[in-house]
Amino acid sequence: MPFEWIAAVRFLREGRMQSLLIIVGVGVGVAVIVFMSALLSGLQANLIKRTLSSQAHITLLPPEEIARPQQATDATALRLQKQAQRLRAIDQWQTLRDRLETWPEIAAVSPVASGPAFAVRGEANKAITVVGIEPERYNRVISLAERLTAGQLRVGAGEAVIGIELAKDLGAEVGDKLRLSAADGRSDTLTITGLFDLGNKGVNARNVYVGLRTAQSLLDLVGGVSSIDLALHDLDLAEQLARRIAGETGLTADSWIKTNAQFVTALTSQRVSSNVIRFFIALSVAFGIASVLVVSVIQRGKEIGILRAMGATQAQMRRIFLLQGGIVGFFGSLLGSALAWSFLMLWQLLARNPDGTPMFVIGVEPGLVALAAGGASLVGILSALLPARRAAQLDPVVAIRG
Amino acid sequence: MADTNDRVLHLAGIRKSYGSGEVESKVLHGIDLTLQRGEFAALIGPSGSGKSTLLNLIGLLDRPTSGQLHIDGEDSGQLDDTGLTRLRGQRIGFVFQHHHLIPAFTAEENVAMPLLVARGRPDSEMFERAGHLLDQVGLADRKQHLANRLSGGQQQRVAIARALVTNPSLVLADEPTGNLDTHSADDVFALLREFNRRQHTTFLIVTHDPRLAARCDRIIELVDGRIVADQAVASA
Ligand SMILES: Nc1ncnc2c1ncn2[C@@H]1O[C@H](COP(=O)(O)OP(=O)(O)OP(=O)(O)O)[C@@H](O)[C@H]1O
Ligand SMILES: [Mg+2]
Repeated sequence: MPFEWIAAVRFLREGRMQSLLIIVGVGVGVAVIVFMSALLSGLQANLIKRTLSSQAHITLLPPEEIARPQQATDATALRLQKQAQRLRAIDQWQTLRDRLETWPEIAAVSPVASGPAFAVRGEANKAITVVGIEPERYNRVISLAERLTAGQLRVGAGEAVIGIELAKDLGAEVGDKLRLSAADGRSDTLTITGLFDLGNKGVNARNVYVGLRTAQSLLDLVGGVSSIDLALHDLDLAEQLARRIAGETGLTADSWIKTNAQFVTALTSQRVSSNVIRFFIALSVAFGIASVLVVSVIQRGKEIGILRAMGATQAQMRRIFLLQGGIVGFFGSLLGSALAWSFLMLWQLLARNPDGTPMFVIGVEPGLVALAAGGASLVGILSALLPARRAAQLDPVVAIRG
Repeated sequence: MADTNDRVLHLAGIRKSYGSGEVESKVLHGIDLTLQRGEFAALIGPSGSGKSTLLNLIGLLDRPTSGQLHIDGEDSGQLDDTGLTRLRGQRIGFVFQHHHLIPAFTAEENVAMPLLVARGRPDSEMFERAGHLLDQVGLADRKQHLANRLSGGQQQRVAIARALVTNPSLVLADEPTGNLDTHSADDVFALLREFNRRQHTTFLIVTHDPRLAARCDRIIELVDGRIVADQAVASA
């Protein structure tokens, strides 16, 4: 072990009470930071997961139509209206699907044919959205299969999966028949094969999942799809990627970040305010370390003078005190991580849903502990800069005489 | 006579003042002094005459206001702080009045400290040397004791071992026996004398004790920052 390490460790060990107190101080600061980070990221991940449980990360739609001139005749106005009513399809969607599947950022691609219709059962009649899917692909974007409360995810010819809310409205169960009628008198009678709960009341009341072909014929979209849903590996890249896809394909690409702008802003400001809090905790920890080391430099003035008389250089003296700061920070962060882990366990024990399941699962990730250890050691070294400078510049003559 | 290669210490026109302008206080007024290798010299004088100030300058712990200071032929005026520190570490050993040891370390580690500081890492050779010196100062059974567990006389003997561990050219001792009872003082002084005889190490010892000064080879007397007497002692 180099001389500086030996001296730093001996000095810390000799001033046992002081070192212990400051390590505990650092530990409490680190614990709060780690606990807060874990709680916040757990909370946010949970909120995002809930939001995205019924939403694709990016949805591709046909390009927006260019606005027509204002002075239109009645005849063109009528034609326009008809055109708007008709569902627009994405050109060459198979080629596009295959191309997007090769992108490394994209985890799953799911073509969807969806449009408005009415669900009729006995006297009941509800406005719904027919969503035609390829179930394996769709399931990789929105995990429908996991969200079934009854039946199976089966959408072959003549089969449909509906939300629990719609099932309640219609008084229907798995195995019952359901008639869907769309524009221009097209209609189809389907058997309910499954019920889902995507955690969103509107979606549970509105979406009726059917096979892609069934939807295409109901919606007069033969061979076409009205949108393509994408799942990404990295949620945060959604907006960037959506722009890129829009630029390359000419389609409209809506990312979850854009469609949930308010929610995302709320998350961001939550993160910013927690960063501010973390910064000030780190600052007060740094001042704590610095003040203890400043006192230690004064107390050890005589020893510093002796070491200088023995041939220790200013740089060596500086390093001895920088190391003490780093060591205090490092051990403080270990203590803090252990404390944070206990808080989190306790929190998970206490914060529970009414049914007794944990409200959401959070843990101290090893990465976060490593970051805390590295960060606290660095903060320790930085806060030791000033005391170390004082130690290096101490006049040995004065130190020895005093 | 001895040629210049045997000059361990050479001072010419050394002045030292503290402060500047109206509050300037002049402590040393032009000191010329040469010590040959192997000399055992006492520096005496009334309190406040500048003895400690002079020793700190010679020990390169402080810089003179003007004048030349050579250690083993090396001009200290040409060196920066790092250079002075290196020269001090290699050529000079200190024994202070208040037996300044570092309490967090054992006796053996305190003795090895100048070598540890210079080499940067501990090695077995430095502890062997430290152990050997502790044997010579009669502390063979106290090597692993923490410094502050030793008596005053024992601590001062550890400090002497430490001053000698680097085989310095010059050992500076500022009232090394000032804090000790007569018996311990005699022991410590005898020890210094023994190392001087055996290894031809040069010693400059500040003392208030005329009895001990008389046992040196040479007595240099400082009054009000000037050398007023410098004479050899007729060997008894
Ligand atoms: N840092 C300083 N600033 C101002 N004056 C100083 C300083 N250090 C020493 N002096 C003055 O220099 C003079 C000589 O002091 P020094 O300590 O060298 O005396 P000394 O001969 O060692 O005395 P003693 O025998 O009491 O130890 C004293 O008047 C002292 O007040
Ligand atoms: Mg003095």
